[in-house]
Amino acid sequence: MDKPRFIYVTYIATTPEKLWNALIDPETTAKYWQHENVSDWKPGSRWEHRSSDENRTLKLVGKVVESSPPRRLVLTWAFPADEAHDEKHSRVTLEIEPVGDVVRLTVTHDRLEAGSEMFEGISKGWPKVLSSLKSLMETGRSLPKLW
Amino acid sequence: MLCMDTVFKALGSPARRRLLDALRAHNGQTLGELCSHLDMTRQAVTRHLRRLEGANLVVTVRRGREKLHYLNPVPIHEIYERWILKYERRRLDALRDLKKRLEGDHHG
Repeated sequence: MDKPRFIYVTYIATTPEKLWNALIDPETTAKYWQHENVSDWKPGSRWEHRSSDENRTLKLVGKVVESSPPRRLVLTWAFPADEAHDEKHSRVTLEIEPVGDVVRLTVTHDRLEAGSEMFEGISKGWPKVLSSLKSLMETGRSLPKLW
Repeated sequence: MLCMDTVFKALGSPARRRLLDALRAHNGQTLGELCSHLDMTRQAVTRHLRRLEGANLVVTVRRGREKLHYLNPVPIHEIYERWILKYERRRLDALRDLKKRLEGDHHG
């Protein structure tokens, strides 16, 4: 196993099912991420990360590696220009685990090239996205304009 | 539920902030690695790491026989949202009001 590059953890007052849905539903991701995650979420399928404005720009693409609702989702993660180059895909593992009356969400991002554009983007992006997701799930309000 | 007091208390120690900086420089270190470049006893580092883990500022992962420590910046981001962005917004509002008043006076 590669040594993970980044691990992010947040505790959210919700259920695993609602949190799972919030990660894969384009309308919900648009609310807290300002991007839509689009796929049928079956192992082997393609997934897309598009801006939720009128341009619907394709920002990221990848493959669904593993999908075990509502606990574990593993994706590859790449810029559209690198889609055909598997070696340039990084990997994201999303794990959902109930802890008492809240849910622990762990995001592990690995296979990243140190110093790359993706590496820089990731280290700034995930904390914002997770804070906004937590806020949406707990208060119904996401954080204003992340990007 | 994790409360913000726990996070602020965990951050309220220079030794623990040094540990966070060490992880920011090199994420995923073992206890041994962290001890080797910090002027602290192994026991002190262990105790501080436990506090940081309790505040969700450090996350650990087992890899074989090793336990790797990762900086988790999510609670720090929440402080930023709650304590910095909000104040900033108010200051910007105050500036906007001041501008309006001054320009109003100027034109009036």
